[in-house]
Amino acid sequence: MHQLLRTRINDFAVKLANVNGTGSASANGLLMQAIFRMGIPVSGKNLFPSNIQGLPTWYEIRVNKDGHTARALDYDLIVAMNSQTYARDVREVREGGYILYDSSWPLDKSLIRDDVTYLGVPLAQLCNDHFKDPRERILMKNIAYAGAMIAWLDVDMEIVTQLLDEKFSSKKALRESNLTALSLGYDYAKQHFQCPLPFSLEKMDANADKILIDGNTATALGCVYAGATVAAWYPITPSTSVMDAFTSFCAQYRKDPETGKNNCLIIQAEDELSAIGMVIGASWTGARSFTSTSGPGISLMGELLGLAYYAEIPTVVVDIQRVGPSTGMPTRTQQGDILACAYASHGDTKHILLFPSNPAECFEFAVKSFDLAERFQTPVFMLSDLDIGMNDWVVPQLQWDDAYRPDRGRVLDLEQIEKLSKFLRYSNEDENHVAARTLPGVNSKGAFFTRGSGHNKFGGYTEVPDEYQEVVERLLRKHKASAKFVPAPIIIKTKSARIGIVTLGGCDPAVREAIELLPQRGIDADFMRIRGFPFGEEVEAFLNDHDVNFIVEQNRDAQLRSLLVLETGVAKDKLRSVLAFGGFPLSAKNVIDGVLEQIGEPTHAVHR
Amino acid sequence: MPSIAKPVAVHPSLHKNELGLTIRDYEGAMSTLCAGCGHDSVTAAITRALWELSTPPHMLAKMSGIGCSSKTPTYFVSGAHGFNSAHGRMAAIATGANAANRELTYIGISGDGDSLSIGLGHLCHAIRRNVKILYIIENNGVYGLTKGQFSASADVGSKSKRGEPNRMAPIDPVALGLSLGATFIARSFSGDKEQLVPILKAALAHRGFAIVDVISPCVTFNDHAGSTKSYLYTRKHARPVTESDFVPHADEILATIGQTGTTTVTMHDGSVVRFTGVPKDYDPTNRQRVTSYLQEHQGQGEVVTGLLYIDESVPDLHEMSKSPEGALSKVPYEKLCPGAAELAKLQEEYR
Repeated sequence: MHQLLRTRINDFAVKLANVNGTGSASANGLLMQAIFRMGIPVSGKNLFPSNIQGLPTWYEIRVNKDGHTARALDYDLIVAMNSQTYARDVREVREGGYILYDSSWPLDKSLIRDDVTYLGVPLAQLCNDHFKDPRERILMKNIAYAGAMIAWLDVDMEIVTQLLDEKFSSKKALRESNLTALSLGYDYAKQHFQCPLPFSLEKMDANADKILIDGNTATALGCVYAGATVAAWYPITPSTSVMDAFTSFCAQYRKDPETGKNNCLIIQAEDELSAIGMVIGASWTGARSFTSTSGPGISLMGELLGLAYYAEIPTVVVDIQRVGPSTGMPTRTQQGDILACAYASHGDTKHILLFPSNPAECFEFAVKSFDLAERFQTPVFMLSDLDIGMNDWVVPQLQWDDAYRPDRGRVLDLEQIEKLSKFLRYSNEDENHVAARTLPGVNSKGAFFTRGSGHNKFGGYTEVPDEYQEVVERLLRKHKASAKFVPAPIIIKTKSARIGIVTLGGCDPAVREAIELLPQRGIDADFMRIRGFPFGEEVEAFLNDHDVNFIVEQNRDAQLRSLLVLETGVAKDKLRSVLAFGGFPLSAKNVIDGVLEQIGEPTHAVHR
Repeated sequence: MPSIAKPVAVHPSLHKNELGLTIRDYEGAMSTLCAGCGHDSVTAAITRALWELSTPPHMLAKMSGIGCSSKTPTYFVSGAHGFNSAHGRMAAIATGANAANRELTYIGISGDGDSLSIGLGHLCHAIRRNVKILYIIENNGVYGLTKGQFSASADVGSKSKRGEPNRMAPIDPVALGLSLGATFIARSFSGDKEQLVPILKAALAHRGFAIVDVISPCVTFNDHAGSTKSYLYTRKHARPVTESDFVPHADEILATIGQTGTTTVTMHDGSVVRFTGVPKDYDPTNRQRVTSYLQEHQGQGEVVTGLLYIDESVPDLHEMSKSPEGALSKVPYEKLCPGAAELAKLQEEYR
């Protein structure tokens, strides 16, 4: 066995290569959750295929005591459980790293590297000897490798046992099989290898006020807390779990204790055209309503989003972005819908966008989406993505203020309507250029005809140029006014950096890590994460304050940069791009390499 | 509808309904459709039906898509909210509107292009969900606003204005409704107000989705010789299979039950549809029988009209979803938000 050269505590990355549909997710999730409970900053990224069974799938765990939990790309240990991807997986472990493989069969010579250590555990053999059921033998192989990893990484066994107790509280037999499999791997590792490996875990106290949650669950919870009652959707990866979670939260919280009725109505629509139509209809009659979808759904919703914009109907769209164009890669992440959402629909349209960076912000921004949609009577898009939505993130506990009441915007009640001499739908704008609306069923005096066809400021049909222009010009002013209400950017200024690094959404942890590492390469940079569109004054000021800004985003066409070019007065040559759009979550390495590639190594770095 | 604006003054002798409103209170803006358009007659029938039912104008929601037919909600009940939405999407928007506020009476007005081509999918699924709405298809077999293309309801052999025959099989909303499990299916003719008004009233009282296919000739593009959706053709071939009457209060019709050839169906709200003339082999509550009757008679070139099928036993969208009796949009926020303490408790599961 290799001698321990140096022990690294709470700072390593593991990649687990599995076959989809073999039950590896529960073993991988168990390890991740156990590390979380040990109080150590950790992340788990599920890199899965668009497939139910058979294709390769990976899970990456990164542990970092300093809180850097973006993807590492530098793996200390690879768990090679998939013969289809052996060669690729073996290549990815760092020099001096370790490879766990199933030694029930000999390892192909072509897979041998002399700069890594092979940890052979006869997982299949051990499980075949201890379990009878063929399916169980496959499933328990995963728990067995988890057992070995517990020994090598010094995972707290008490915590693992506790987790299994919680998970299988009502399934004693399963609990027993899991414990058996766990000891098979654990004992084998202890007997045959020096434990722990040169990198391992030690309890910390970083997670006391944290939770482990995925963005889609947090989004759904936000919609419940916002008071949404009508939800319409069409199944699509990776947004389906938003509505699954909303459905189960509604079962938990929305059954009226007095009447037994459900204070919600969730409709699985026939397509996304219908889903957005239902949301618009429900908002028109006064409910808080939303849909969740992904890129292809946004494309289909285009026409009606223009209707909601022009007829000024509050509409909340949660977009869990995936790789496009077309069907693209449904189980891979991207930030590719920024422009499609900003200007969704034909004609002149501009929408409000919110960019959460993690599940905690998904919760917060989901609520905000409804407030903004109703305040500005317009579509609001919350742009999450597959990485945020479907991976478990360690985030601060979600907070709720019981004093919160929904901002329903300008909706006239019966008394207000009765006082009017005549209701004119698109007149009497407020300081934000929003006109009051009325709901059906209140009073005949408030009746008007909602239309997506040309209308004047009174709500009447028009084909007169001036009358048409008057209304759409107000819509533009209204959109501009909303800049003050979208979440302000997060700005972190270091020293007197001349370089700005600007990003959005789930790129946050990778970019922050890069900014901490770049000074070692001779570069100081300030950080700005944009959280909403239209852009506020701070965004433009930050960009102007720096000689050059690198816009880091996950799409080919630099969509955030394009939006900044179009919607701010910042000189185009101040804005450069760092792009990573292959479909996996961003790593700090992507950012550092991208910046260095453009401004060179330290001596060439002019903007210090 | 009038081709000139009517004076605002209301004649004192005009009858008033239960709400003290005259039929003038159920009128809307002046029609901008072609003089003689079948749709204007449908508008008149809707106006009458709503007035006779004493529907409070503000409790009505008028939904439509895009097309000549979809313009018509402007032409009745100006005291009601209307929504002239997007081509083909009315059924979806009306479903959402109904989901949020079931207390309103919904009338959706569509055409054969809107419902049977671009919006066919939404129509089918609104039927399946049994959304409570009166869904009228003003069916003229032609695209009017884009000047005369065949629609999906054009019959095989029917000729366009330029004389070209249609070769493709039509989509028949009645047959479609029967196959999808629609719970209220009627067909009428814009020129037969006597038949249409009671059908509309019954449809408005129906428990769920009521589809009313109204042959409504297009005087400009599809009223020529060779068209099967012309006034002349429809008058010649219409076969009113059922004669029905709508009685808002059940106690008024007890005397007529049991008469030869009559059937009554009690609606979910307690009102009654009385079929006063039904052929011996016809049962408007038997889907299979209705289907075969229609196939047989339509095969002979007849346009079968009347309240064709009714089933009051199927729950609507809200009943299936166990939503509250009142509007979801009116549920107080305090009932919807679980609050901070619950959030803290819930998060124990995410540790």
